[in-house]
Amino acid sequence: MEQKIKGRCVVPGIAAGEVLVTSQPISFWGEVDPATGLINDPQHELFRQSVAGKVLVFPFGKGSSTGSLIMLELARVGKAPAAIVNVRTEPILATGPIVCKHFYGKEIPIISLVEKSFQMLETGQYVTVNATEKVIIIHH
Amino acid sequence: MRLTDEEKSILDGKQGEAARIALSVLVDLGEVFGAESLMPVSQVHIDATLYMVDAGLQFVEKLANLGAKTAVPTSLNPSAIDLVRWKELGVSPEIFPKHHRLAAAYIKMQAIPTWTCAPYQQGIIPRFGEQIAWGESNAIAFANSVIGARTNRYADLMDICAAIIGKVPKFGLHLSRNRKAKMLIELKGFTGSMFENDAIYPLLGYLVGEIASDQVAAVLGMPPSVTFDNLKGFFAGAASSGAVGLCHLVGITPEAQSLEMCFQGSQPENVLQITPEMIADSEHRLQTVQSEGIDWITTGCPHYSPAEFMRLAELINGEKVHSSVAFWAFTSRTVYAWIKENGILKQLADAGITVFTDGCPLQYPRESWNFSAAMTDSAKFANYCYSQTGLPSAFGSLADCVDTAVSGKIRRRESPWNKK
Repeated sequence: MEQKIKGRCVVPGIAAGEVLVTSQPISFWGEVDPATGLINDPQHELFRQSVAGKVLVFPFGKGSSTGSLIMLELARVGKAPAAIVNVRTEPILATGPIVCKHFYGKEIPIISLVEKSFQMLETGQYVTVNATEKVIIIHH
Repeated sequence: MRLTDEEKSILDGKQGEAARIALSVLVDLGEVFGAESLMPVSQVHIDATLYMVDAGLQFVEKLANLGAKTAVPTSLNPSAIDLVRWKELGVSPEIFPKHHRLAAAYIKMQAIPTWTCAPYQQGIIPRFGEQIAWGESNAIAFANSVIGARTNRYADLMDICAAIIGKVPKFGLHLSRNRKAKMLIELKGFTGSMFENDAIYPLLGYLVGEIASDQVAAVLGMPPSVTFDNLKGFFAGAASSGAVGLCHLVGITPEAQSLEMCFQGSQPENVLQITPEMIADSEHRLQTVQSEGIDWITTGCPHYSPAEFMRLAELINGEKVHSSVAFWAFTSRTVYAWIKENGILKQLADAGITVFTDGCPLQYPRESWNFSAAMTDSAKFANYCYSQTGLPSAFGSLADCVDTAVSGKIRRRESPWNKK
């Protein structure tokens, strides 16, 4: 069985993976270890969890403009999220996947959802993010 | 996005691979944020200047090796380290070549080696209304809010792309309509003597950042006597606790001389207040140090100005930094040359204060220095120190920092919001 959620394409691309949800914003600089993809901020609810290969679902980014650099490094070492789902994507967060596409030829699609759709995603679900077609498919 | 024939030819690779990559990145960003076209910028300030991860070094070296050059005057943020006195700073000889390679790649592209996070105090300073592309959170907030130049919060890697093309997508804070304030923050219950204490400005900024988050706010009640350096500390604090790109200070921000100008004729969506009690609370929250002992005092986040060094020299006058304490101040090479020539540097050195250039205290090589607790006059540093370096810290006025440096233990003078 499949369930489809409509969204808005931020960075195009298609990826599938296991969902990891947080209601807290994420700063890639300072909260994600660029070598391992582990959340290393003890105050974050995803502390010690890995973003590598996950469909990472968080409301919006925060923090330093260095976040884009950390995202590029995660892609270089193969520890980047497979895709990102937000309610609101700011330029700093979008920059990492955009540079990654043109520099390493790797896609990290980003899709944004309205709050109600955002709530439908739960940690552990397996989903396909098709940002190009503006849709997320939940595989049950 | 509507592109000119020249831009289309760049995307087709007719002006080289570096320009193609740089413009592709800028166009994609513009598409994400609904920009109709690209627009020229007159200057760029690059944030991604400190070696942190290999991906950043690879990207910048690739652009440089492809023969890219900056199309507009481009200043550079600090390196992670003092590029001249890196050994004294304890940087390992294994890691130094990477810092050096990153610096060399930017210089090869003809960026200006300013190595400073306060590019608005020396270097290529924009005028009111000028369209620019800056990285570095404190500099962005300062350029938009104090000078009235116009920049978005450009991310690392996007900044060098803008420098190579000399253009950015036309969106966000480049456009007047997006510079309209949404919330009003009133300073309530503050007295004139409170504003005479320098420590109030970083703390006020820290609170404003927490409240405003990524929204444009207008702050009512800042005194006309506020100095350039006070505003530097304010916006560094604000841009560390919130994603502040622009914050109108009514009567100070050039385009915000009245409330009506801030809100472009409409009403605030919400009105909030900051009180002196909140200042005391923020000072308390910025303190992660549990014990009384302090062995590292760090100032110059953002980089110190000549006026700030003069004040430091006045305060330390005749005293010596305690043998258990390292006192480091960070600045640009320009300011360093000035204070060397007028003798302030020697006064500071005689008192036991070391002045480093180029670098960032948040990037100090902590494996080489076993500090246990820091104190600073920067809300930005205090905010990031514990989370970035694992080192507990305390915030205080510069006078508090000097008293603490001399005694080796936290000393605080009475402040109007913290009566003894």
